[in-house]
Amino acid sequence: MYKIDVVVKNETGLHARPASMFVKEANKFTSEIIVTKGVNEYNAKSILGILTMGAKMGDNITIKAEGEDEREAVDALKSLVESNFGE
Amino acid sequence: MLKGIGASPGIAIGKVLLKKDEKIEIEKKNINNTEIEIDRFNDARDTAKEQIQELHRMTLETIGETEAKIFEAHRMILDDPDFLQQIESEIKSQEINAEYAIKKITDAFIQIFENIEDEYMKERAADIKDVSNRLINILQGVETADLSNLDEEAIIVSEDLTPSDTAQMDKSKVLGFVTEVGGRTSHSAIMARTLEIPAVVGVDGITEAVNDGDIVIFDGDEGKIYINPEDSIIEKYKNIKKRYEKFREKLEEIKGAESVTKDGFKVELAGNIGTPQDLEAVLRNDGEGIGLYRTEFLYMDRDSFPNEEEQFEAYKAVAEGMNGKPVVIRTLDIGGDKELSYLDLPEEMNPFLGYRAIRLCLDKTDIFITQLRAILRASNYGNIKIMFPMISSIEELRQAKEILDNTKYQLRKEGVKFDENIEVGMMVEIPAVAVMSDLFAKEVDFFSIGTNDLIQYTTAVDRMNQKISHLYNQFHPALLRLIKQVIDNGHKENIWVGMCGEVAGDPKLIPILIGMGLNEFSMSPISILKARWLIRDLSQKDMKEMVEKVINLPTAEEVKNFIDENIK
Repeated sequence: MYKIDVVVKNETGLHARPASMFVKEANKFTSEIIVTKGVNEYNAKSILGILTMGAKMGDNITIKAEGEDEREAVDALKSLVESNFGE
Repeated sequence: MLKGIGASPGIAIGKVLLKKDEKIEIEKKNINNTEIEIDRFNDARDTAKEQIQELHRMTLETIGETEAKIFEAHRMILDDPDFLQQIESEIKSQEINAEYAIKKITDAFIQIFENIEDEYMKERAADIKDVSNRLINILQGVETADLSNLDEEAIIVSEDLTPSDTAQMDKSKVLGFVTEVGGRTSHSAIMARTLEIPAVVGVDGITEAVNDGDIVIFDGDEGKIYINPEDSIIEKYKNIKKRYEKFREKLEEIKGAESVTKDGFKVELAGNIGTPQDLEAVLRNDGEGIGLYRTEFLYMDRDSFPNEEEQFEAYKAVAEGMNGKPVVIRTLDIGGDKELSYLDLPEEMNPFLGYRAIRLCLDKTDIFITQLRAILRASNYGNIKIMFPMISSIEELRQAKEILDNTKYQLRKEGVKFDENIEVGMMVEIPAVAVMSDLFAKEVDFFSIGTNDLIQYTTAVDRMNQKISHLYNQFHPALLRLIKQVIDNGHKENIWVGMCGEVAGDPKLIPILIGMGLNEFSMSPISILKARWLIRDLSQKDMKEMVEKVINLPTAEEVKNFIDENIK
């Protein structure tokens, strides 16, 4: 298992286009990927889950993955969030 | 008579087909073999995916790419691991039938999504509902919304129309539609205009007021709806409809013809658009360009500013779609009466005289620069021109141009390509500018006269105020004098002058504008062919003489009467 904390910094948050970019990226990996916000866990590969999470600008989230490509998956998602989704 | 919002022009007369969203009663059943039930669910899911793929293909072919995207969202939901897992585990743990499990899980998601005050989430809730209904209908063997095979022509009346409904609709049998919800920019309204089917939306109570088989007449311009009207009204509207259709047919014949007067004065007839989707209507009506692309729609119905990339894609799509024909992009015209939920602006006493459009952009330059970058980048893909709204002084114009120059400089430094010769123009909608148009003309490549605001500012009449609406008059001699002055001053400096307000498409005033030598007319796409038909029958020389007489008349009433009597 590999995990990392990251702060959402883009204005939109994990919503609309960024949310679907995030989910599409997560689906490129075979590992199980979970995003935690507060005490709640969400499936990174589920658009409904990520939208429900509603992470906004300034929110702290944890991305953790378990599986063959766990490290690559977490790193890829982290840099996507840190790139502010091109906003 | 009921009244709604006229969403797509034309007269519809016919029998009602009431499409009530059937509340499908779903029984909860106990299932012993949940494995088989899960297989049933997965089979339904496969069928749903096939249907959605087909709808996607059909929509892409008959309607367009943007509309087709909705079905991509539906497919994403059908592949969503959370959605699938929760339904499967619900079936397994509760030992219940798939239909019931689907309903329970989707209802929970819909509730979460609908409870978030956000247009985007509400649209997704509608997507989830659409997908869930499809699955349940497949499981129950119910043929979905049979708008695809209507026995006879009908006017569709419903609460709302989903993208699935409109995609499947048999366009040859649908005379028009009336919906309970929606505004001019709602999905059903946009679809109606795209398909050129008359429609009225936002009609409170219509699904209760009519029954299947009722005769309904409606006018998609005015939004009036008559239910089981008297014979005299039916006759009246039949005549209007006949005239309208004959006229549309005649207009078809002048597609491809030049917009030129009998004595050789050639003009450009362009369309006003709000979104890339509107492009199709411009092309279908043989528009020779886009005279006004209102970019504010990109900023509305969302919860943050659109980024550069998003804007670039939209502008590029329009530039490419017009295939080298001119596209005038107006920079953000927001503030005043047009608000953005994510931009907190204090309420103003006089919003039309307030903090809006270029005033806001020159203050919040980061918003302005993002848009200018996107426009400049898109200019590499077509014939784009930039237009600034609400300029009231030379200083503002210079300031806006300076920001534009800096943005160009920055792009060059980054090695980003754009049209180095991009034309820069401005709206003429404030009397101060019209009066000084001789000097403004030296500093821009074109003028576009915005008559809606020019009338209200010239005559000090709030166009939203019902009490004084009789004073808002496009035949006011002061307006005509100002327009003439602007055109003359523009031509003295060899720049072209266009118009993008309602007046540009007004059949009574088009002859006068031809006489004044207006070069470009930008209007609702549906008015373009009518304007061309009119112009081809005019002589500019005669109209010049009319202009001399008209601008010396003292009242709007006399102007209107003079035009009625002298120009047929």
